[in-house]
Amino acid sequence: MNEQLTHMTKQVTAGKLTRREFMGKAAALGVTAAMASTMFADAARAAGPIKGGDLKFGLQGGESTNSLDPATYASSVPFQNGKQFGDQLVEVAPDGSIEPRLAESVEGSADAKVWTFKLRQGVEFHNGKTMTSEDVLKTMERHSNEDSKSGALGIMKGIESMKADGDNFQVTLTEPNADLPYLMADYHLIIQPDGGMENPGAGIGTGPYKVEVDEPGVRHLYTKFENHWNPDFGNFDSVEVIVINDATARTAALQGGQVHAINRVEPKVADLLGRAPNLTVHSTAGRGHYVFIMHCDTAPFDNNELRLALKHAIDRQDLVDKVLRGYGTVGNDMPVNAAYPLFDGSIPQREFSLEKAAEHYKKSGHDGSPIILRVADGAFPGAVDAAALFQQTAAQAGIPLEIKREPNDGYWSEVWNVQPFCASYWGGRPVQDQMYSTAYLSSADWNDTRFKVPEFDEMLFAARAELDNDKRKDIYSKMGMMVRDQGGLICPMFNDFVEGVTNQLEGWENDPTQEMMNGNMSRKMWFS
Amino acid sequence: MHPIIKLVSQRLALGFLLLFGASALIFGLTEALPGDAAQAVLGQAATPEALANLREEMGLNRPALTRYFEWLGGIVQGDLGQSLTNKLDIAESIGSRLGNTLFLAFWAAVVSVPLAIFLGLLAVRYRNRWPDKLISAVTLTTISIPEFLIGYVLVYFVAVKLGLFSPLAMINDSMSFWQKLNSIALPVIVLTLVVLAHMMRMTRAAILNVMQSAYVETAELKGLSNFQVIYRHAFPNAVAPIVNVVMLNLAYLVVGVVVVEVVFVYPGMGQYLVDHVTKRDVPVVLACGVIFAAIYIGLNMIADIVAILANPRLRHPK
Repeated sequence: MNEQLTHMTKQVTAGKLTRREFMGKAAALGVTAAMASTMFADAARAAGPIKGGDLKFGLQGGESTNSLDPATYASSVPFQNGKQFGDQLVEVAPDGSIEPRLAESVEGSADAKVWTFKLRQGVEFHNGKTMTSEDVLKTMERHSNEDSKSGALGIMKGIESMKADGDNFQVTLTEPNADLPYLMADYHLIIQPDGGMENPGAGIGTGPYKVEVDEPGVRHLYTKFENHWNPDFGNFDSVEVIVINDATARTAALQGGQVHAINRVEPKVADLLGRAPNLTVHSTAGRGHYVFIMHCDTAPFDNNELRLALKHAIDRQDLVDKVLRGYGTVGNDMPVNAAYPLFDGSIPQREFSLEKAAEHYKKSGHDGSPIILRVADGAFPGAVDAAALFQQTAAQAGIPLEIKREPNDGYWSEVWNVQPFCASYWGGRPVQDQMYSTAYLSSADWNDTRFKVPEFDEMLFAARAELDNDKRKDIYSKMGMMVRDQGGLICPMFNDFVEGVTNQLEGWENDPTQEMMNGNMSRKMWFS
Repeated sequence: MHPIIKLVSQRLALGFLLLFGASALIFGLTEALPGDAAQAVLGQAATPEALANLREEMGLNRPALTRYFEWLGGIVQGDLGQSLTNKLDIAESIGSRLGNTLFLAFWAAVVSVPLAIFLGLLAVRYRNRWPDKLISAVTLTTISIPEFLIGYVLVYFVAVKLGLFSPLAMINDSMSFWQKLNSIALPVIVLTLVVLAHMMRMTRAAILNVMQSAYVETAELKGLSNFQVIYRHAFPNAVAPIVNVVMLNLAYLVVGVVVVEVVFVYPGMGQYLVDHVTKRDVPVVLACGVIFAAIYIGLNMIADIVAILANPRLRHPK
């Protein structure tokens, strides 16, 4: 019987046997239907991707104000758009390594200051032009020159000079940085013809799909670009990104079969949705974290004893259970977790302890006046509930928290990075260096905890220049401890990406970098 | 000049004055909101450098009055300008959105207005008996339930469980007329349920009011059937308040349906406006605001004029 089954699976792999035939024959051999179904799926997967079909995404995070200009991307739908029509020089692979895209290889000098990207030859843009190193240079200039308003401006700061040299693109840094390839994998840095200097929102790139319909806030339609440099990427005839900001409508669309995949499944319905027979709810541990942030330089938060008191007064597991419904992991008052390369898992977890909270609170000598915590549900989903839970446990430790609700509208400009104590969200970065330099370096624009410790900055620079991974890991561990014990960050939880995908799609892989397989579903998946 | 032409032209002039006032008010209010377009676009990713560059590019550094009068100069010449955030032509983007909104409002009106008036007449005919009570109870219940809830309930039972209509009311140019109608079926039902009670109750009240008068009694005494009395004598005299409430509801169908649009992912004006208010995209907000104001003013003007024409006392003032 085994031999016969092996023969049959081989036939499936070769495409000679349909599902119906396979199931029938397997039943004749006495195999149960469930077993046969699994065997067929395995065999079909081994057969590799099947081309064709129209993929439809139903996504939260699109507005009628969106543009296709990669410099403006700040939410889920534009992010997904860029991944359809564009390519970066390199991409972060699901395992955290660097995967070549428009650059065939990357090489750094021994001091990690000069980085050379060898560009792929014969890559065609959707307008028929061939990509040159000039295009790459212009693109990078557009994201980093003084007129730039790019979302990637912050990460381009350390660049001293760039040059296009035949097939190569070279970056020289002011300070050594061993992680530069990760910075170039940023989703804003899509290579455009002439750098997109003329018309950045034209949506012309080198990606596997080209723009067909662009209706911001409604839908974006893409069709297969036949001349893509990698024929393995992009198995669908067309990809449609439909904007569905309402969570209930999104779930209904997936259940009703109008779309094949949705993002941001609400944790409270995820279990229920997962029971539907024709779809799967994927939960991927990511680097995004829900936080409460205190300004270390503003009273009363300039007192580390008070900061420690608040850090001990929050019940992390309870928040993960109630706010994330288990779709997440507890945080440790550091902005990094095990999803990052070079993370030190041996750092002890901060536990919820009313005694310690009360003890630190007493030491702080706080006058007992209410401590104002500003929140809005726009900070992160469930922020108001999380703050209420925090308030209760803090009260048990004798710490008076007062919650002040703020409007969602204008939260990021009026409250976040302005008020001394508020709720916030961080999307995470591919490497620890980037996370720390974005928000914990003394001079960082987004240092939203006002954490300014020269010793910490020195360690950050030392880690950048260090090419020995063991030593780097050691430095990062010390930095993590420092933020955990002295910083203004209360990090109760890391949220998972929770996504619903129809079972007609094959080829899913968990990718911690960004949601929806880091935007690579349309490249890597296929209809079974 | 004929008094009616004079009346209409007076009303029109007043309407334009109101529109101008509305645009100034909208501009002032959007300016008063915290933050500006540059900050809203960059959001959490704003650095002082990027902010300054974006403000310069969007022309937000110039004084507010200059920007307002530039916009006003444009709109007088029929130029709505460009969106600050995505650089698309506003007239073009609004064109299709407004078309969609009017399409939905039109079909909702086609279903709801005759239905409401018919139910109103029926309620008068069987006043204080079970049909009257049933109609009132049902319509008052549906107007009391929030429209998104009716929407979700319909989506769950009709679309997901029964599979009758699509849960998403997505429409685009490549769809045929029947596909579009099928696609908007659920939102049309929701909107009908929401506006029905108001119009039905007003019809009922207005006609009952007239039914008390002496000439209706005369009509009854000369032997006309109950329905004929309502239809020939009561309804024409009750038409003014009915038109008024119908126009108010039509205006609601055009400008007030943002929640229904969100629930059904319908690409109409409401969602478009909300997105741009969030992003402080002043030119678009102004354009939408003026269009909405024009629709409101226009429909109310029609209601006024019809009321005057229908009433001899107002038609021939002393």
